[in-house]
Amino acid sequence: MTIDLTPATLNTLAASLLFAGVVAVTLVGAVIAAASKRLVYCVSGLALSFVGLAGLYVFLNSPFLALMQVLIYIGAVCVVIMFALMLASPKDEPLGLPRNVMVGVSSLLVAGMLAVGLILVVARTHWMPKAVLINAGTVEDLGRALLTRFGFAFELISVVLLLAILGALVVARTGRRSQS
Amino acid sequence: MNLSNLMLHAHGSLSAYLAVGALLFAIGFFGFFRHRTLVGMLVSGELILAGASLNFMAFAHFRAADPVVGQVFTLFIMGIAAAEAAIVLSIMIAVYRNYHSIDARDLKEMEG
Repeated sequence: MTIDLTPATLNTLAASLLFAGVVAVTLVGAVIAAASKRLVYCVSGLALSFVGLAGLYVFLNSPFLALMQVLIYIGAVCVVIMFALMLASPKDEPLGLPRNVMVGVSSLLVAGMLAVGLILVVARTHWMPKAVLINAGTVEDLGRALLTRFGFAFELISVVLLLAILGALVVARTGRRSQS
Repeated sequence: MNLSNLMLHAHGSLSAYLAVGALLFAIGFFGFFRHRTLVGMLVSGELILAGASLNFMAFAHFRAADPVVGQVFTLFIMGIAAAEAAIVLSIMIAVYRNYHSIDARDLKEMEG
């Protein structure tokens, strides 16, 4: 394998190396999150996986989404899960009883078959050709779309978030009252 | 040569992103059944959602006429996931108060 090192191929090489690194970070983080026995490691693996996913979003030409990924998922969701972990202080998962090993092996088998099947489907499908773009997908286009065409969904999601906050408060407080 | 060419241009092909999304989904699926605590299940659920978001983003970037649509959809997935995490965690805290455990196996009051 020889590659002529012109600036263009060098750029491609650097981009593909970066892409491979980002994909590796995503998948390694996901495996840590799924397979680790200690819950703190699980949440840390989830955060690592989300860092890689933010890199993938940058490759997909949407840096705003990458920023939001870091801000919302790592900055909010992972931190909240960590807080709940400290509040509830669960004991770590006990090492496998025989039945658990069975469950682990069979779920690994099913997940493996799922992954192989999905990747085969992806590899064998002939996707339709690329459409003509009607905008560049910049942050400006995104903001314009959010406040015009998707305005109703935007308002609905704020209602959902409000209800979620109220519901979370009610559920957490009710538990406290019934115990005291 | 063909394979190296494929590797070199993976970051510009739809299939690579779809494959990563499929792997994220499968890993999340595995974790969802393997974990015995509620926190572990929540973490695996987030992984599955991440795989779905990556699929939406990849299709919107490579095939859609309007690349904004995928970004909007992914933003909404993030909002839903944040709301879901808040509710699940409050449920978890309520469960911990009553059972002093968040192991899914201990929550068997309604088991026949």
